[in-house]
Amino acid sequence: MKQRSTFVLSGLMTLLAIVFSAPASLAQQPIKVGIVTLLSGPAAGPFGVPARNAAELTAEMLNAGTVPAPYTQKGFGGTPIELVVIDEAGGPQKQVAEFRNLVPRVDIVIGYISSGDCLAIAPVAEELKKLTVLFDCGTPRIFEDASYKYVFRTGPTGTMDNVSVALYLLERNPNVKSFAGINQNYAWGQDSWADFENAMKTLKPGIEVKTSQMPKLFAGQFGAEITALLGSGADVVHSSMWGGDLEGLVLQGAPRGLFEKHKVILSAGEPAINRLGTRIPDGTILGARGPFGPFAPDTELSKWLKSGYQDRYQVPPNYASFKMAQAILGVKAAYEKAKGAGNDAPDQEKIIAALENLTFEGPGGTVKMALGKGHQAIMDNAVGTTKSEGGQLRMVDIVRYPADRVNPPEGMKSEAWIKSGLKK
Amino acid sequence: MNALLPIAFDGVAYASWLFLVSAGLTLIYGVMRILNVAHGSLYALGAYAACSLAGAWLANQLPAAGSFAMLLLASVLVGCIAGTLLERGLLQWMYGRDEVVLVLITYAVFLIMEDVIKVIWGVDSLLLPEPYALPGSFSLGGLPYPVYNLLLIGLALVTGLALAWVLNRTRQGKMLLAVIHDREMSMAVGINVSRVYLATFVVGATLAALGGAFTAPTVAVTPGIGVEVIVLAFAVVVIGGLGSLGGAALGALLVGLVRSATVHYWPEAELFSIYAVMAIVLIARPKGLFAAQEARKI
Repeated sequence: MKQRSTFVLSGLMTLLAIVFSAPASLAQQPIKVGIVTLLSGPAAGPFGVPARNAAELTAEMLNAGTVPAPYTQKGFGGTPIELVVIDEAGGPQKQVAEFRNLVPRVDIVIGYISSGDCLAIAPVAEELKKLTVLFDCGTPRIFEDASYKYVFRTGPTGTMDNVSVALYLLERNPNVKSFAGINQNYAWGQDSWADFENAMKTLKPGIEVKTSQMPKLFAGQFGAEITALLGSGADVVHSSMWGGDLEGLVLQGAPRGLFEKHKVILSAGEPAINRLGTRIPDGTILGARGPFGPFAPDTELSKWLKSGYQDRYQVPPNYASFKMAQAILGVKAAYEKAKGAGNDAPDQEKIIAALENLTFEGPGGTVKMALGKGHQAIMDNAVGTTKSEGGQLRMVDIVRYPADRVNPPEGMKSEAWIKSGLKK
Repeated sequence: MNALLPIAFDGVAYASWLFLVSAGLTLIYGVMRILNVAHGSLYALGAYAACSLAGAWLANQLPAAGSFAMLLLASVLVGCIAGTLLERGLLQWMYGRDEVVLVLITYAVFLIMEDVIKVIWGVDSLLLPEPYALPGSFSLGGLPYPVYNLLLIGLALVTGLALAWVLNRTRQGKMLLAVIHDREMSMAVGINVSRVYLATFVVGATLAALGGAFTAPTVAVTPGIGVEVIVLAFAVVVIGGLGSLGGAALGALLVGLVRSATVHYWPEAELFSIYAVMAIVLIARPKGLFAAQEARKI
């Protein structure tokens, strides 16, 4: 009898041990993900904070296991994730120092909106051997001028933005004879204008450039520039402006007839929809730097992000939010692929191998890590035209361009590809 | 030739704005020898306060024309409250220190105010386009212009003339000029220098806020707008000669016209044009166009 009770007791103890040790083994160390995004300065409102919000929403819902398929597993492969959010403000030099401080504290870094920061961080990530996923910056130079093992970019480059709007414009207005531009005078504005100018000249040889206005970044006031554009006689005006500059251009240009006299293209105009609404005149051609926001495909994942974000922050997610969610989901996909069926957490090398050339689903659709030796994403793109309906600004006449139509093939630089005729 | 009229108008409109934002800076420097970097934050505060006040006014369906009064009210409120707090709470303890120390102190204030603005108004841009569209537009050289630009030019003219009149034709103005010339002597003859300093700082702060409040309807009011302004205002003030009101007016006009012409004829050089003017003026006159002659003190 005694023997039996001892047996029962020990059995009970074992069961209890299993029951109580199970949470102990599940409550393993969370995977720490460093999130670097602009939390102060002029880019915080349009990009930085919407990206941070999307990161927090995504992390929380991943940990709760409420993200739709194929991301139903909790956290990364069952292990919860914990975000360490830092501010990207202050310029590349400061960011390199911040990055060096961040690296020992986290397992993976996801971040960077400014191309200048991305160009500065990439070699340091390589030096420190830390998996770093760039989520938003647009310059194609990162993987065209160098090759990295530890650096990835899950968002498409800026090249496809301007190639897509040029294709869209010429499909609808084949008779345009001239164009002009107003872009911010720094890398982003200059590169965007160069890509658009080259794409237009390739697609319609002989087309005339009337003027290229390059106001100072954050100038905010464009009275003289708008006069120059109005007086230029150009059929089309291209702008890759963002944030307060873009809003200022619309507020100052619309009452002066800039949008009536010219076909205006805002290649990165999507975040302004939430800010300006119907103040953006009808008929403006708008891009979202990928199939994001109003251009997102009608999938469970895009519905999940749109409704989850809207419920929590009372505004729709913009392209920066989409790209942040996409980056986190991309890393999750790679982590789980690397982990496979095993129980052990994969090491960084395995995650890197899994992320190279990976194809995964994001809220904006399929993402292929097809360029830069499998480190740079390409995606389909979409362009549309604005139209006010019932007091709301909607995108109509939306056209989708397959990823290989608007991105260079692997191994070819964007500029050379555009100039050589945008061949597939 | 047809383009000359629009170029001149754009130049004058931009110059009016530049003058509005630099008049306060040069006044404060002229009297107090403080290169007030926080001028940019006062400009930003003016713009944000204008958005809040005029926005609330318009949201309550009150007559739209009254929003202009709200812009003025916002500037006066910011100037009086923030100006007094800054001068009485901080700067009055720092007088007599090296000019560089004061630049650093006001720079610190500038950085703190950037975050204060972020805490109060958030990081999203504020828009107040109604007053800009309200007065309609007119045509010049075949191109449409907003009447609001004329209003800004008028405001700059009135502000400049009023300042000149107060300085040269009133008792208070003469006392101020006396303080500029010799602080100790003014105290000796019974001028309350501390009060003159406070009044000057409040007027300077109000001018900064006025610039911000009347710019708000034309732009998206975003974090960091003060940074752009302080750099430009500093360039204008240096061109005109630190502390000279007439210099600020001429500097603003020069920069406005050169910038406008550059935008039309050589847009790539726009960024460079303002500093080119500054460099050329400083090579010819190292203290600016109208720097006050300084008596050497032993």
